[in-house]
Amino acid sequence: MAKQDIKPRVRVPKKLKKGELFEVKTLVKHPMETGLRKDKETGKTVPRNIIRSLHVKYNDQDVLSAVWHTAMSANPYTSFFVRAQDSGPMTFRWTDDAGEVYTKEITIQIEG
Amino acid sequence: MIVKTLPRRAFLKASGLGLCAIATVPFEAGATPQDVQAEIDKVAGTQKQVDSERIVLSLPEIAENGGTVPLTVAIDSPMSDADHVKAVHILAEGNPQPDVASYILGPQNGKAELSLRMRLMQTQKVVVAAEMSNGEVWVGRKQVKVTLGGCGG
Repeated sequence: MAKQDIKPRVRVPKKLKKGELFEVKTLVKHPMETGLRKDKETGKTVPRNIIRSLHVKYNDQDVLSAVWHTAMSANPYTSFFVRAQDSGPMTFRWTDDAGEVYTKEITIQIEG
Repeated sequence: MIVKTLPRRAFLKASGLGLCAIATVPFEAGATPQDVQAEIDKVAGTQKQVDSERIVLSLPEIAENGGTVPLTVAIDSPMSDADHVKAVHILAEGNPQPDVASYILGPQNGKAELSLRMRLMQTQKVVVAAEMSNGEVWVGRKQVKVTLGGCGG
């Protein structure tokens, strides 16, 4: 799959207060080829290509790292919690077996 | 390495996401509860393993499509600097490979709760091992019935 077809999506609450707990929801469109499937026409095994890792930073601090295996569904979704600190960027970085890196940056807005 | 062909039935049914259209893909023998325990032992090393009711796995009792089974793991922890979950390992006893995912957490998360969607090949137990900041490894399990296998893992 071409890189431009793969668009990561991230959702966080729009308004947050300092110290508040909030949920971060993420979704990447990615086939997550298991390496166990055969191509119908050629009969050849389709090589494995899954997203192996996700790293999330908030104001340059690590907030979450994940390592994924073939048992993650296609178009992998994951969510987790973070405690709101200061306004600033939250960055997401996914890496797949083919070495492609998908990134997303959002801004966390803290009120007051 | 042992290679064995899965029952045709499991594969014929497993075309959910168009990922398993071929019925006779041979691959490595699947994981067993012993493999999962071996993974937990690897994580725990010499640390104490505790079966904990403070790990709650939310899974559908019956998963109709094994290709995408929603899972939420909630661990009852204050997530303070002194007492928090360091890592969460999600394992499956009846998939081709026991590993599903591992997450590194910390006090910055405030709450030890994660959601994801996983592939399950057959009816089996999903196991969560949580590494705690005091060195203990908490283990939680939940059975899930899968009616349509999830594309060979």
